[in-house]
Amino acid sequence: MTAKVLIADDEPNIVVSLEFMMKRAGYQVLIARDGPSALEAIRRERPRLVLLDGTMPGMTGFDVCAAARADPELGGMKIVMLTAKGRDADIARGVGAGADAYVTKPFSTRDLVKMVQEMLA
Amino acid sequence: MSRKTRRIGALLAPGAALALWLILGALLLRSTLTPEQDGALSGALGAAAGPLIGVGLVWWLVGSALGAWAVGRVQKLWAAPAARLADSLRVMAENPAAPAPAPEGAPELQALSAAVSDLAERRKALQDGLEERVSAASAAVAHERDQLAALMAELQQSVVVCNLEGRILLYNGRARALTKKLSRAPGGAGGAELMGLGRSIHGVVDAARLAHARESVERRHARGEAAASARFVAATPEGRLLQIGMAPVRSGGAGAMTGFVLMFDDVTEDHAAQAQRDRHLQGLIEASRSSFASMQAALDMLDYPDLEAGEREQFQQVVRDEVGAMSARLETTAAEAARDARIRWPLQDMLGADLLSAAARRIEAEHGAPAAAIETPPEDLWLSVDSFGLIEALVFLAGRLAQPPQAPALSLRLTPAGGRAHLDLVWPGGAAPPAENLSGWLGEPMNAEGGPSVRDLAERHGGEIWLERDRKRDLAFFRFLLPLASGGGETADSEALSSRPEYYDFNLFAASEASRHLDDRPLMDLTYTVFDTETTGLNPSGGDEILQIGAARIVNGRILRGELFEHLVDPQRDIPEAGIPIHGVTPEMVRGQPTIGEVLPVFHAFAADTALVGHNVAFDMRFLALKEESTGIRFDQPVLDTLLLSSLLHPEATSHSLDSIAGRLGVKISGRHTAAGDALATAEVFLKLLPLLRQKGIETLGQARTASQDSYYARLKY
Repeated sequence: MTAKVLIADDEPNIVVSLEFMMKRAGYQVLIARDGPSALEAIRRERPRLVLLDGTMPGMTGFDVCAAARADPELGGMKIVMLTAKGRDADIARGVGAGADAYVTKPFSTRDLVKMVQEMLA
Repeated sequence: MSRKTRRIGALLAPGAALALWLILGALLLRSTLTPEQDGALSGALGAAAGPLIGVGLVWWLVGSALGAWAVGRVQKLWAAPAARLADSLRVMAENPAAPAPAPEGAPELQALSAAVSDLAERRKALQDGLEERVSAASAAVAHERDQLAALMAELQQSVVVCNLEGRILLYNGRARALTKKLSRAPGGAGGAELMGLGRSIHGVVDAARLAHARESVERRHARGEAAASARFVAATPEGRLLQIGMAPVRSGGAGAMTGFVLMFDDVTEDHAAQAQRDRHLQGLIEASRSSFASMQAALDMLDYPDLEAGEREQFQQVVRDEVGAMSARLETTAAEAARDARIRWPLQDMLGADLLSAAARRIEAEHGAPAAAIETPPEDLWLSVDSFGLIEALVFLAGRLAQPPQAPALSLRLTPAGGRAHLDLVWPGGAAPPAENLSGWLGEPMNAEGGPSVRDLAERHGGEIWLERDRKRDLAFFRFLLPLASGGGETADSEALSSRPEYYDFNLFAASEASRHLDDRPLMDLTYTVFDTETTGLNPSGGDEILQIGAARIVNGRILRGELFEHLVDPQRDIPEAGIPIHGVTPEMVRGQPTIGEVLPVFHAFAADTALVGHNVAFDMRFLALKEESTGIRFDQPVLDTLLLSSLLHPEATSHSLDSIAGRLGVKISGRHTAAGDALATAEVFLKLLPLLRQKGIETLGQARTASQDSYYARLKY
């Protein structure tokens, strides 16, 4: 069975590439455009990995991450924060919220795919 | 006894004394005789009784006359001149200007008079010399004070000088304008409750922060730094950010710290603008990262060799979209930066009249077209301008207007307009070039190399420029809307110029917090808030309300006219018509004014640390007391009443109205029946009452209160 990957980002221009790339890498891709629907998708679909944007409408990626980590039934799910916030304080916040990796935009898609594959191996 | 009787007595006394002397002598001689000798003598005398009495009487009369003449001589030459000399000396002791005694009487007395005159002259010379030196020293001190005042008034910064307790000794107009901004008083009329002579600076800056800064200055001074000072940023309770510099005042220049100078900069707006710029920058960085990420990812996707045409087009579109979005963001950022630069353009204060004459000279020099100010601007109209740029703009426009075939006569005028000023370049309307030309000039670069346009320049001033025509007077003009110098639009600076000396009180250096036991303090040394209220009526418990509160402070025996408190109050009820001619407060005047709940806390702060004084003050205190429950504001400081004090001093007077007392004490009053006018009049009267109280032995506040309580009028109740 192919692993489910959730892409949660409100920027359609990055989502289109991430979706294409993850599908090419053989994952089943789910998409959420804002914080609340990302959290809902996480609870309903139980993806193996989430690519989570830090700044989304409704609920920030940091809050979605913290809420997911507070749910014991979601243990084992990997979370990769993808954000434009690059200050040390922002990275510390992402890691503090429980993200497994913190990737600052812009990034290399090849490296990202590699990282996802390693995490899901 | 009359003088004449005394004189006759003096003349007859020697005769009577001589008679007594002769009789006593005769009796003494007779007592030495034996009875036989006495009998023989009596017989012999009896035989010659007639001639003997006659000769004896003549002898006595001659002796009496001689005695009277001798007494008269002594009186004339010694006693009377000596008494007059003593009188003269007593007068001279009291009054150095009294004339010296004229030499008279015996030569010894004349010599004494001459010696006294000599002594008096020497004393007068000494005194004159002393007065001359005192007045020269006073003039030097006054000159230095004036110089300091002028310097302080010119400073762009708010400056306050305090003693070690934090009491304010000196401040400039900008400091007052700053506290006006900081004041919580409604209507922008506040600030006097924060900045005033003798007030504590801790109302503006937290005491702990100041103490910390002082410690740091002292520490650095102890380490040997000669010019140790401190800088810190403090937030006021109103949420403003002040950047504060502290420099110590040392006795003898390098001795112990006796006070400190604080220099304030309100950096709230700067800080807000900086924070705004930071946010913009952060937003730009994050948005750019997102765009770069999207482009990077799309480009990575385009590397896949097996893309379908639709997919390829989709990723290429992503790149195009993001490039467009980034360009738009950069444009917005550039525009914001330009606006920001205009806001931060350094403008300087310049006297309007100076600007006009400088511009007129430049226009004449550049184009030979004389331009004279046709309206003399108000003397105190200060502008905040980039004077160089503005004069360039006027010269540019004058040059365009002076081009052939038109060469109209140009003139300049400057008029205040609300909180701004209009600067007009005027010419006869008939000579105006076509309007489209004129408007076009405003957008053109002012010199061949490019540079700003006239419109850019107006925007730099946060102002405007436009073309206007005055058809009635057949004039056309370019009008610049310009900002006034900061503080110039407010009354604070004009107050600073007109009542500069009130900003001083170095005597406060001597005051000590520990010695402020009010009841034992001499009346002369206390700080007072003299106040008055205007009310809707005379019945506080029957629903009458305060319409206006006015107050003046007295510090070290001086009324601080530059620190008046005056607030209208919305009584939230009707104002009876009958009272309006008395207090002059109409319903229109109080509409939209703050309520008593807003004004009372500010007045309470204004009167902090002072004794309250009023005329018939029980009336005003009753109004204040009735508001205690609803406002939570309690006036528990000592209170003195000029009506009670006057009745104490002049119990026989039939009237103790403010006007009557003022008349008795020779106080001229004006502006009565506004709260501030009445407060000032009461303050004048109060200051005149203080020395009279002292003559009656009433010197301390405690004594004045006790005496007041005993006064008949104290039994009146409202």
